[in-house]
Amino acid sequence: MSSLKLAVNPNDHHLGNAGAALTLVEYGDFQCPHCKLAHPLIKRLLNEKGSELHFVFRNFPLREIHPYAFTAAIAAEAAGKQGKFWEMHDLIFENQEMLNTDYLFSLAGMIGLDPAQFAKDLTSKKIMNKIETDFESGLRSGVNGTPSFFLNDYLIVSYNETYESLLDAIQMEFKMNQQ
Amino acid sequence: MILSKGNTAPDFNLFATPDQRLSLNELKGNRVIIAFYPADWSPVCGDQMALYNETLDFFRKFKAQLVGISVDSKWCHTAFAENRKLNFPLLADFEPKGAIAKAYDVYNEITGECKRALFVIDEDGIIQWSYLSPDAINPGADGILDALQEMSQIKN
Repeated sequence: MSSLKLAVNPNDHHLGNAGAALTLVEYGDFQCPHCKLAHPLIKRLLNEKGSELHFVFRNFPLREIHPYAFTAAIAAEAAGKQGKFWEMHDLIFENQEMLNTDYLFSLAGMIGLDPAQFAKDLTSKKIMNKIETDFESGLRSGVNGTPSFFLNDYLIVSYNETYESLLDAIQMEFKMNQQ
Repeated sequence: MILSKGNTAPDFNLFATPDQRLSLNELKGNRVIIAFYPADWSPVCGDQMALYNETLDFFRKFKAQLVGISVDSKWCHTAFAENRKLNFPLLADFEPKGAIAKAYDVYNEITGECKRALFVIDEDGIIQWSYLSPDAINPGADGILDALQEMSQIKN
């Protein structure tokens, strides 16, 4: 059974309740259509279960098949340096079909990032290393495609692109925790 | 039973491009990862070869060369590799069909395709790790990386 090899840590971007008993980690690729499909499911989950759930997003860009995946990941991390990771994360998934480097700059404008700082951070070695670390931790944890979800360290193998498959996994884990 | 740790890896000499062959013997001195897989052109995002294409740097860190093997022809492999921008060789176990897969005991007689199986072979041509995955499940890269890491630790 595949399990998470890098524990959730302060370098991770997270939403929901950081003290919750349940932690859901997504390995995602900003240019992957299946990750785009999962995006509203996660939003709904956080709306409905956000108080019981801690959500973390890690980068797993498949660069050869998705030529803008890595750049988009850098853009989201760069936005994160200005406190707007999730705004950028959401906008990229919601406008995925428009994705290219120029468009990432317009998104940065849309969320009010300092354009000079954003441009500078797009070449940041530190950001690239962070994405590489995310990717390697995914590989070592058994990520075999995107999106992959780990619930309290274990890969959700029953995820089938429906909200219910995520909810069922979460409710099952929640019950086990209560026992 | 698929070949496993301690077995000598059977040699192969298969087309890697329309006019070039690659043999396991030529790769001696390197670690070799063989990924047998059922067929080219499986769906993109969960595709095992696309994943390994992104993992080559990590394999290289452990001095390992990856080859993919299926029963598809060299022309099919060429088109597939171009389409997916694959940066490692795909070998055609095409004639006699599946002969190498049979030697590793990973041939599916019912579908006439290779099973989805992984082998990690050391510098001397000895299998150090092998894994048979259900056909529909992409086994990821974690098992390969764990095996390579263990080999490096033993060596040091």
